Amino acid sequence: MKNKAQVVIIGGGVIGCAIAYELAKRKVKDIVLLEKNSLASGATGRCGAGVRQQWGTEMNLKLSIGSVKRFEILQEELEYPYDLEFEQTGYFMPAYTEKQVEQFKINIALQRQFGLDVQWVQPDEARSIVPIINTHGLLAATFHQKDGHLNPFHVNFAYARAAQRLGVDIHCHTKVLGISTEKDSIKKVSTDKGDIACEIVVNAAGGWSQSIGEMVGINIPTYSERHQILITEPYEPLFKPMVMSFYHNFYTQQEPNGAIIMGIGDPNEMKGYNMEHSLAFAKKCSSLVTRVLPPLKNARMIRQWSGLYNMSPDKTPIIGEASTLNGFYMACGFSGHGFMIAPMTSVLIAQMITKEELDIPEVKTKLDLDRFERGELFIEPSVV
Amino acid sequence: MKDNPEKIIVCRCADVTLKEIEDLLNQGIVDMDDIKRLSRAGMGQCQGKTCRNLIMGMVAGKMNITVDKVKESRYRPPAVAIPLDLLTEENFNEE
Repeated sequence: MKNKAQVVIIGGGVIGCAIAYELAKRKVKDIVLLEKNSLASGATGRCGAGVRQQWGTEMNLKLSIGSVKRFEILQEELEYPYDLEFEQTGYFMPAYTEKQVEQFKINIALQRQFGLDVQWVQPDEARSIVPIINTHGLLAATFHQKDGHLNPFHVNFAYARAAQRLGVDIHCHTKVLGISTEKDSIKKVSTDKGDIACEIVVNAAGGWSQSIGEMVGINIPTYSERHQILITEPYEPLFKPMVMSFYHNFYTQQEPNGAIIMGIGDPNEMKGYNMEHSLAFAKKCSSLVTRVLPPLKNARMIRQWSGLYNMSPDKTPIIGEASTLNGFYMACGFSGHGFMIAPMTSVLIAQMITKEELDIPEVKTKLDLDRFERGELFIEPSVV
Repeated sequence: MKDNPEKIIVCRCADVTLKEIEDLLNQGIVDMDDIKRLSRAGMGQCQGKTCRNLIMGMVAGKMNITVDKVKESRYRPPAVAIPLDLLTEENFNEE
């Protein structure tokens, strides 16, 4: 392992690997990426694989629209030999309360301003988009065809391999033990395989980002929370879009190989690093999803697992450099939607490090860590 | 082996061939988790009941170690496929 680097990136998920690639593409030399386990072993490889642009704030619209533009050309740009399985089969978002209908009306107006062709769906039209939906209680829905699905493993590896081709050193099974600082600068990163002298560190540690913050004495107010997921055997095509219900708090999609993936948010889940699976989840998830999509009663679950959402206090990521420590960049607190905005996040972090003009300049003043101290929370109405 | 590795199926659930696994090993990918994530071998209906041992054998051969030294990927529940209907709160039966 090198004992000196220009940039050390902590975390081998999609965020860390994408940042490594974007930096290398901008001719930054001597980049080292450290991953304590294996690539995509954290949230990326455990996520629901969905990519949506139907958000309720300008910031999230810009991040997600920019990311989808990147996803559309990623296969070619990264020269990756396997299919990234980018399928723009849409997101279908049903509303079951008047309050949700009102919110969706506000969202859709904003989304259309940003050029998204989001459809307003009446209950009697729902089955033309999701043929197996039970429309009982459904008041309306929104549907956007250009949202969709990608294979998170392959996206993660595609970025990693492209970064390696450009000279990035990736060390898996290498644990960061500490980061040494002097006044307001970084001096070195210590790992279980040796020390690396460097002045720039990127914290892309996902569920463990707060621990990396502690190493440099920066209080990152993120915490981790288990989210569970299950998958069925593959079936003939039953429905195409991701169905995401804020009312029931579930999302489900039939993947390109025919398997149906589904997950729910549990408001009683405790903060922490628990990554076990529970029967209670399988029961609750089956109950909710089969109520809305009854034919799935016959689908057989073959596998369940869980992963960590890295939650921030306002459920919006922290993207930027610390104000108290030069060269300490954070890309964390994605609160369950890091995969889908990884392309734009990585471009922004790379632009910050190379002092380029940012594609989304207001990220600097709105998604920084200090917004929590200023009390300027960033409120996104459309999160599960 | 004189049989065509493109026609030998290692993982019957995800239709992964011997050639696909060999290609990964030849690229230096010898971590069972990486092989699983890149090929999907072991994530299908039978959850690796056949391919897990075959692939571990191939990894051991590639690395010139014994199979017991290969780090397995995680076993996930359930042991057999369960219809979602049997899991719903209305129908779930402890027995």
